Amino acid sequence: MRVSVDATKCQGHNRCYSIAPELFDVDDFGMASAIGDGTVPPELEDKARLAKANCPEYAITIEE
Amino acid sequence: MVTSNHPPVADWATDFDHTDPVWAKDPYPIWEELRTTCPVAHSDRFGGTWLPVTHEHVAAIAYDTEHFTSRAVVVSEQRPGPDDLPAPIGVAPPITSDPPFHNLARRIMLPPFSPKRIEELEPFTRQLCDDLLDALDGRDDVDAAIEYAQHIPVRVIAKMLGFPESDADYFRHVIHLILEEGVTIAADSEERMKESAGVDAYFDAQIEDHRANPRDDLTSYLLDVELGGNKLAHEHVRGTMLLLLVAGIDTTWSAIGAALWHLAKTPADRARLRAEPDLIPFAVEEMLRAYAPVTMARLVAKDVEIGGQDLHEGDWVLLPFPAANRDPEFFENADQVLIDREENRHSAFGLGIHRCLGSNLARMELRVAMQAWLDRFPDFELTDPSTVTWAAGQVRGPRSIPVTVLARA
Repeated sequence: MRVSVDATKCQGHNRCYSIAPELFDVDDFGMASAIGDGTVPPELEDKARLAKANCPEYAITIEE
Repeated sequence: MVTSNHPPVADWATDFDHTDPVWAKDPYPIWEELRTTCPVAHSDRFGGTWLPVTHEHVAAIAYDTEHFTSRAVVVSEQRPGPDDLPAPIGVAPPITSDPPFHNLARRIMLPPFSPKRIEELEPFTRQLCDDLLDALDGRDDVDAAIEYAQHIPVRVIAKMLGFPESDADYFRHVIHLILEEGVTIAADSEERMKESAGVDAYFDAQIEDHRANPRDDLTSYLLDVELGGNKLAHEHVRGTMLLLLVAGIDTTWSAIGAALWHLAKTPADRARLRAEPDLIPFAVEEMLRAYAPVTMARLVAKDVEIGGQDLHEGDWVLLPFPAANRDPEFFENADQVLIDREENRHSAFGLGIHRCLGSNLARMELRVAMQAWLDRFPDFELTDPSTVTWAAGQVRGPRSIPVTVLARA
């Protein structure tokens, strides 16, 4: 599984970083991005799905 | 608390009024009925106002900066014309700014409100909450709004701006005037002109003091930061100060108050949070969804159709995120408050480019205030539900919550 954040959609709600700081980081402006190449370890797959399901801007994509 | 001088609403589909005491007390049944009968309602009040109540329509308007302008975001009797305000800045940038200026004004304000910078304020906020709770020591009957919630955001934002915390009462007075009385009292009335001049003079004195003695706070940051190679215009600094006070205080005070009100009337949720403190972050998001305090507004910039209704240039549009958050088409069990709700794509902080700048701050304050209260008062209940009062207008929340302490730690 791999996560990514669409920077054109992210408005800095910070929901993904709150839910899964292991997978997402925020920059100095509070805008989110996936850590590294976005690869999700199996034990964090539920957190990745939860982060996606809570993004108000639908900015997160998951490739399974 | 309710300051509307308007006649009672006759019909919510054709004559709604967000300053009506019925709306202030319990707007949810109003929105629920409109969702099935008239999802984009119109009222002649305030010179013509629209009210979308579905998530779909609220989101569509929030994302559409071509047909809707943020030049004015508080519905009042007098709508500003295109030449009445310093476009594109607006009176309180960036909330009153439109693209493309909006992005410039917003970008300079994002770093001080980023998640990592806000985390640094958590110890101060916790200490402030604990000090307020210390002051309630030994009493069984306390007011969770007046003696607790209302003091938290105002002191945090005063600290951030580097304003004296002892001026907190004055800030609350200013906000009350803008958000509640300002809605129904004409902007050019003698009373409001005098108040407005007083606020400007207060900000000018703070700016002067910070110019003479720069320090590590938001005021010095605003005086120092550059936009396109230039320092911010004086009006821009003052406008942003006004925004931070107005947007940062009533709103979060309302959210904290609503959360404590919910817990005071829901013994099962109090017990669950005591037993499972890991649920608090989910409970915080659910409180924000179910009791979102803020309804924004726009002016129609260009004629547009929404939900089969023709909206005309210059019309007001209320943007009730609290109604979007209760839309059963968008949320399962939308009318139930479920503190363990895991999937919660709520829009309490808005959607699109105007996402609440202070959302990280508000969320931190709400979480810390709930935690500190529960740590001190593990059990409490409403003393008399009929004595709880709610603010009217676009920022809705409880303004008095008398509670009886049942257990203290």
